[in-house]
Amino acid sequence: MGHVDFATPGAAMTAQPTTQPSTPKPYRDHSTESLLSPVERGVMGVLGLGALALSLRGGPVERLLLAAVGVGFTGMAATGTNPLATALKIRQNEEGDTLVSDAVTVGQPPERLYAIWRDLTNLPGLMKHLESVQVLDERRSRWTVKGPAGTAVSWDAELTADEPGRRIAWRSLPGAAIENSGEVLFRPAPGDRGTEIRVNLAYHAPGGTTGAVIARIAGQEPSQQLRDDLMRFKREQELGFAPTTKGQSSGRAEKDPGQAQQQTGQGGQK
Amino acid sequence: MKAIIWQGTNKVGVERVPDPTLLLSTDAIVRVTSTAICGSDLHLLDGYIPSMEKGDILGHEFMGEIVEVGRDVKNLKVGDRVVVPFNIACGVCDPCRRGLFSACDNTNPNHRMAEALYGAVSGGGLFGYSHLYGGYAGGQAQFVRVPFADVGCFKIESDLRDEQVLFLTDIFPTGYQAAEQCGIIPGRDVVAVFGAGPVGQFAARSAMMLGAAHVIVIDRVPERLNMAEAAGAQTINYEKEDVLVALRDATGGRGPDHVIDAVGLEAHGHGPGALMDTAKQKARLNFDRITALRWAILSCAKGGTVSVPGVYGGLVDKLPMGAAFAKGLTFRMGQTHTHRYVLPLLERIEAGQIDPTFVITHRASLDEAPELYKTFRDKHDGCIKVVLDPWGQPGQVQRG
Ligand SMILES: NC(=O)c1ccc[n+]([C@@H]2O[C@H](COP(=O)([O-])OP(=O)(O)OC[C@H]3O[C@@H](n4cnc5c(N)ncnc54)[C@H](O)[C@@H]3O)[C@@H](O)[C@H]2O)c1
Ligand SMILES: [Zn+2]
Ligand SMILES: [Zn+2]
Repeated sequence: MGHVDFATPGAAMTAQPTTQPSTPKPYRDHSTESLLSPVERGVMGVLGLGALALSLRGGPVERLLLAAVGVGFTGMAATGTNPLATALKIRQNEEGDTLVSDAVTVGQPPERLYAIWRDLTNLPGLMKHLESVQVLDERRSRWTVKGPAGTAVSWDAELTADEPGRRIAWRSLPGAAIENSGEVLFRPAPGDRGTEIRVNLAYHAPGGTTGAVIARIAGQEPSQQLRDDLMRFKREQELGFAPTTKGQSSGRAEKDPGQAQQQTGQGGQK
Repeated sequence: MKAIIWQGTNKVGVERVPDPTLLLSTDAIVRVTSTAICGSDLHLLDGYIPSMEKGDILGHEFMGEIVEVGRDVKNLKVGDRVVVPFNIACGVCDPCRRGLFSACDNTNPNHRMAEALYGAVSGGGLFGYSHLYGGYAGGQAQFVRVPFADVGCFKIESDLRDEQVLFLTDIFPTGYQAAEQCGIIPGRDVVAVFGAGPVGQFAARSAMMLGAAHVIVIDRVPERLNMAEAAGAQTINYEKEDVLVALRDATGGRGPDHVIDAVGLEAHGHGPGALMDTAKQKARLNFDRITALRWAILSCAKGGTVSVPGVYGGLVDKLPMGAAFAKGLTFRMGQTHTHRYVLPLLERIEAGQIDPTFVITHRASLDEAPELYKTFRDKHDGCIKVVLDPWGQPGQVQRG
């Protein structure tokens, strides 16, 4: 695989609309094409019905999400397209790299938000799948992620762009187990609303879109994590804490299963 | 403490549960002195709002006394008497700063669920109203945790009784917003209100306060129609008359200038459209019953407003979009931005312009709530609005 190099050297980033991923390579949107093989369609059908069946049990959050996923998979089986790919904001480029992106508007000025992201040691707090980021020198850093089943994977990355108040980009150096790249774009939101932040991530996921979709169900899927990461960041910046119902009273004994899906709030002191 | 618990579709019970505690430094705990059952609670009872969980504490219309505050609560102290809007708002996000409190970006911990269902960034949390809306424990209980307490608690400093101010938490602002967003031209505009439940009653009276030349209220429950008539509205019983013909006749053939749908997704109705709605809703296909909404669109005058406080949750079928387009209608809808209205409407109550107690037909303790949920839903015993005293002695339902 090749890197999806967001930071084409010398590219005039000011000319790039920040609401578009500034990837030089074309990607296709799987939701509009019939790309699934008959086997995949069979798998989708089974997964869809399974998710629908699961959605009848479990807590309310799981139920609702699974029901939505079930309808999606059943739809994929029926049509051979992947209606969830767009909904999940997952795309693939010609080379089979999975692209994940999302955006959020935060009521704080770009410079302030940029500074938080620019300190790479903050990244594990901002992107929860990261275990740690260790700064090696001006350009290089060592990233560690939590893999499935408690495994950890590390790689070295380099900064490929740093435009104060506007953009930060990085990519893994050759030899990384998970080849990846990413960028964070900041621009003022119109009308005194703070900053529009857009995050573009690219990585080589086994199985392409389908693999990513399956991973999402397992809770490992990056677009879902990214969504949660961005909303948590927004709330930390606007409120200083995360809203929560964890530990509230209910008619359920002891642990409240309905709260299991919630992100852990951090402003936990009374 | 005692609380009203959702135990499954058609099952509501009184249970002993742990007292709420402060979870965040911006929370307060309120000892509830009065709480009410809302038409919105009936959608939960009947199982039409997804993501309820057995054991959820119900209730979003409540008031009481502050008994504990977190250390970051600035404007409240123990002993303050407060009313609490049913929406939970942060007060600092962009929607909140624009007064769109029910669209708050930051108070729904389950934002992802709403995003999956509705495709947009989630609106704010609600008390006692499903996990889709945050899963916050409600206030049909002896105590309740109020998050974002500085934003959500409004002090009542006058000596008005609970019953006079309790409905500032929801149905009065909801009826008022429904009327206000019609943009009524005083002395000229005719307003029709579908649904003579509590929301419809407040919508009709608010339309009058805002200067409507004439108000027409439509329902089929006689005592509800009588209550609207007592306020000076004309009424139409849609089971006795063809409502579309009657509305034309009442407006010189123009139709009402603005129509309010204070019924929502459980509308009763007849005709093939209504039958299909019911069949699909029974199959839980996420279809709402929209008879009232259809009538609202079909009856509304050209250039008018269809204002929808009635709750919808899923998809609708056979929405007369062509009629809406041909007439150039404006649609307004949504959860009420309650915080915006509490103080202005409190002033109206204090000035004697309205006494919200008119709507109360039943008073009881929490123990009677399970029975009264059904009385209210089935419109038995002339029931229009139930107020509960969480500390009252069980056993007696007081009528009138
Ligand atoms: N937007 C908000 O923030 C908000 C707040 C509170 C309540 N609500 C909603 O407002 C609606 C009304 O609440 P309520 O407390 O008055 O409930 P309610 O159930 O007491 O009243 C509904 C009334 O509509 C009547 N009705 C049924 N079908 C009808 C039809 N086809 N035409 C005319 N009338 C019809 C019923 O007979 C009943 O009197 C509910 O959907 C409730 O969820 C919305
Ligand atoms: Zn209500
Ligand atoms: Zn807010």
